[in-house]
Amino acid sequence: MTHQILAAAASTVGGGERWTFYILAPVAVLCAIGMVWARNAVHSALFLVVTMLCLGVFYLVQAGPFIGFVQIIVYTGAIMMLFLFVLMLVGRDASDSLIETLRGQRTAAIVLGLGFAGLLSAGLAEALGHVRPVDLAAANQAGNVQGIARLLFTNYVFAFEVTSALLITAAVGAMLLAHVEKRKEDKVSQPAMMRARFAPGNYPAPKPGPGVFPTSDSVATPARMPEGTPAARSISKILPQRELTAREAAPKGTEG
Amino acid sequence: MTPTWYVVLAAGLFTIGAVGVLIRRNAIVLFMCVELMLNAANLALVTFSRINGTLDGQVMAFFVMVVAAAEVVIGLAIIMSIFRTRRSASVDDANLLKY
Repeated sequence: MTHQILAAAASTVGGGERWTFYILAPVAVLCAIGMVWARNAVHSALFLVVTMLCLGVFYLVQAGPFIGFVQIIVYTGAIMMLFLFVLMLVGRDASDSLIETLRGQRTAAIVLGLGFAGLLSAGLAEALGHVRPVDLAAANQAGNVQGIARLLFTNYVFAFEVTSALLITAAVGAMLLAHVEKRKEDKVSQPAMMRARFAPGNYPAPKPGPGVFPTSDSVATPARMPEGTPAARSISKILPQRELTAREAAPKGTEG
Repeated sequence: MTPTWYVVLAAGLFTIGAVGVLIRRNAIVLFMCVELMLNAANLALVTFSRINGTLDGQVMAFFVMVVAAAEVVIGLAIIMSIFRTRRSASVDDANLLKY
C-alpha cells in the first residue's frame, strides 16, 4: 500500500500535484513577501510559518515523506516556536523604524532582487528545461525512510557523526551565551533589603490595587488616593491608564 | 508542468529572503529571512533529488535542517545577549565597530 502511494507520488507531475503546486506556490510566495513586508515581527513569523508549511507539502508530493514531516516538525514546530519565544522576550513592539539610514537602499535592494530572481530563474529554466526527471520510484522501492537511512549510515556516516559535534557545540554555546554570571558582591543581604525598604523615599507598604468603583472595576482604572488624585502605582505599567470621563463618572439615573 | 518549476519557485523564495536581509533592520526578522533562504535551498535540493532519481538530495536537505537548527539556537542567543546589553534588536544600533 505504502509502495503504491509512493510510486503514485513519484510518477511524472500529475493532475493532483500540478494543482497542489498551482495553489500552494502563490501562497508560499505571497507569504514570503508578507514576511518581508510586515512591520510587526510576530506577523513576519506567522507568515514564515505558512511558507514553511507550503514547502513541507511540496516535499510530501515530491516523494519525500520523511523530509516533509521533518520540515513540519523541526521548522514550523521547533525553530519557529523558538523565534516566537525570543520575540516575546525581546518585546513584541520592537518594530522597525521606517527611516532609511542609506538613501535609496530599499529601492536598490528591490531592483537588485528582481534582477537576481530573473537571472536565476531564466538560467535554471534554460538549464533544466530539457532534463527528463528520473523520479524516485526506484529509490523509494524499499521505503523512503529506509532509503534515507541506508544513505545516512553508509555514504554519509562521517557527516552524520560530525553533525553530533555541531549540535553539542551549539548547545554548549547557547548555554554560554545565555548564562548571566552573578557575582558574589551583587548579592543583597536580607538586612540590607529591609533597610532599603524602610529608607526614606520608598513606600514600604504593598502597592494599592486598581480601583473598584460602581462605574468601572477595570484593572486599567487607577485607585484614588485619600485626597482624590489617581494613584499611579496602582496600575501595571504596561496597561494604558484609563481615567473616567466626567460623563462616565457622573451618577447614573435609575428611574429610566 | 515539469519539476523545473519547483526550482524556479525556490529561486524566487531565495531572492525574497535575500531582499529581506537587505531591507529589514530588526535582527530577528533578518534571521527569519535567512531561514527562508535555507528553506528555498532545501526545496531545490529535494527537487534535484527527484530529477536525479536518487535520495542524496533529501539527505543533504536533512543535513541543512540540522545545521539550520544549530545556527538558529546560537544566533538567537547572540541576539538575546546583544539585546540585554543594548536594549535594542535593531542591527543599525550595533555599530560600535564603526568608528
